[in-house]
Amino acid sequence: MALLDIRKLDLSIARGGELLPVVQGVSLSVEENETLGIVGESGCGKSLTALAIMGLLEGTAVRIAGGSVHFQGWDLLALSPEERRRIMGRQMAMIFQEPMTSLNPVYRVGDQIREAILQHRSMSRRQAHERALDLLELVRIPDPARRIDSFPHQMSGGQRQRVMIAMALACDPRLLIADEPTTALDVTVQKDVLELIRGLQARTGMSVVLISHDLGVISETCDKVAVMYRGRIVEQASTSALFSNMSHPYTLGLLGSMPALDHDVEWLDAIPGRVPTLDETVLGCAFHPRCFAAKATCRTEDPGAAAVSPAHFVRCHFPQGSSS
Amino acid sequence: MTRPLLDVRELKTHFSIGRGGFMRRKSLLRAVDGVSFSIHDGEVLSLVGESGCGKSTVGRTLTHLETATAGTAMFDGRDILNLSPAEFRPLRRDIQMVFQDPFASLNPRLSIEQMLAEPLFIHGLARDRSEARERIVATLELVGMDANSMSRYPHEFSGGQRQRIGIARVMILTPRLVIADEPVSALDVSIQAQVLNLIKRLQRDSGVSMLFISHDLGAVRHISDRVAVMYGGKLVETGKTRQIFETPRHAYTQRLLASIPRFGKRIGR
Repeated sequence: MALLDIRKLDLSIARGGELLPVVQGVSLSVEENETLGIVGESGCGKSLTALAIMGLLEGTAVRIAGGSVHFQGWDLLALSPEERRRIMGRQMAMIFQEPMTSLNPVYRVGDQIREAILQHRSMSRRQAHERALDLLELVRIPDPARRIDSFPHQMSGGQRQRVMIAMALACDPRLLIADEPTTALDVTVQKDVLELIRGLQARTGMSVVLISHDLGVISETCDKVAVMYRGRIVEQASTSALFSNMSHPYTLGLLGSMPALDHDVEWLDAIPGRVPTLDETVLGCAFHPRCFAAKATCRTEDPGAAAVSPAHFVRCHFPQGSSS
Repeated sequence: MTRPLLDVRELKTHFSIGRGGFMRRKSLLRAVDGVSFSIHDGEVLSLVGESGCGKSTVGRTLTHLETATAGTAMFDGRDILNLSPAEFRPLRRDIQMVFQDPFASLNPRLSIEQMLAEPLFIHGLARDRSEARERIVATLELVGMDANSMSRYPHEFSGGQRQRIGIARVMILTPRLVIADEPVSALDVSIQAQVLNLIKRLQRDSGVSMLFISHDLGAVRHISDRVAVMYGGKLVETGKTRQIFETPRHAYTQRLLASIPRFGKRIGR
């Protein structure tokens, strides 16, 4: 049984008296010790999917309109917030893009890590302090005994993200959801943080959902990948299968949009147009207005998911790649 | 060799930080600390480095948004660093800047037409509204925007369209040097590619010189003729784009290039 199993998740946002779909029919699973990457551009629904898993949509305009989320066999959507917190609070954790907005600027980082520990574990303050020191060491903050008394603003962006990771790991979660964890960081720091997450995973056996807009980051860190466009998964495969045989024109477009580093490219293969806004209705396949392979069918019929190979799915009438 | 359009020698921009006061030491931040480079006519030089390395301060100093502490910057044979605001004003037409968010500094209540007409009237490039409009329509077309966007307002446009309008506002003045500071970093991947292609095409067609400031090595490789790598306020390596990417000499450049995620490489397994 998968650690996390999402089936046909639908999310809608209430706007002006009507419900607009923002995530449609998303099915994903994450096994023990596996890393799933979700890639897509702003508004594709990748972060909302993560928030739905974490139960963090409460108090937002986004509603769960259908589907199921099972974690370790528990039906998360059927639990009350209190039950959820009690049962799941320490089993899954999430880190975000900008650690400064998630850390409280007026408390020392040590206090914040201790709070995260004491929230879910019964231990003395002294034990919590020891645990916080261990965690800071685990995320490779130099001189933890001194840095534990630092305020967030006294740390660099990379160090703050390490503190967030330390807090997330406070209760040995089985699942870590990382939403663009390195997007605000410099590339050299990004590399360290990704290596840190991978190393911790190898050590603890936890599973990771890594959300990113960067195919390079996904390729380097994930076992399997889901590509999202306008609320749907348009392609899903193991990382090696995806990168050896990209099939959806959108996935190919994302790749073509990235400038090459090891050879000269005269013009980038950019995707024309832009993502339609939420209130613009697109009939047929949501990507067809920007798609180089679109034909008449694409304008009228929404394609279902079809297998390219046993563990490689694509939602496209005219998939590209070697198997087409 | 012909004289470069811009020749920067030993540029220093230092800031004093901290409040100072009685018995309290103000400390000095050497944001730019002795930087030299030149840009020829029609050439694109990229200034690349990580946050805090001083790359943006170089651009801001050259456009008088910051005050240089020392050094010279000869533009077309004339030092632009020591000019008074009044002396520098006519040069603003020749030296234009593209920002990450072009609308952060523009009045949101101006229509696109008003926004693009303003610099034309300031620099005396249009006598009346119809002359301005003609030029605006042509420039909008150049950046891939419809003429009917003229009557619309900034909030009606997506990030990519806004940057196109920002670029139009710069190109409408036919500048000789464009300083582009992270022009695509705030955009989505697919839109970044569109705007990078646009900048490259406009640069080629117009022959404008460009200082392209970015932390994005992919974009830098795509757009530049030469690259200058900056670290801690200093340039550590300058060279032809291909040389920097294929045979980087400085340890920092090597580390920077090794940090970029690439396909088929795996971390930690």
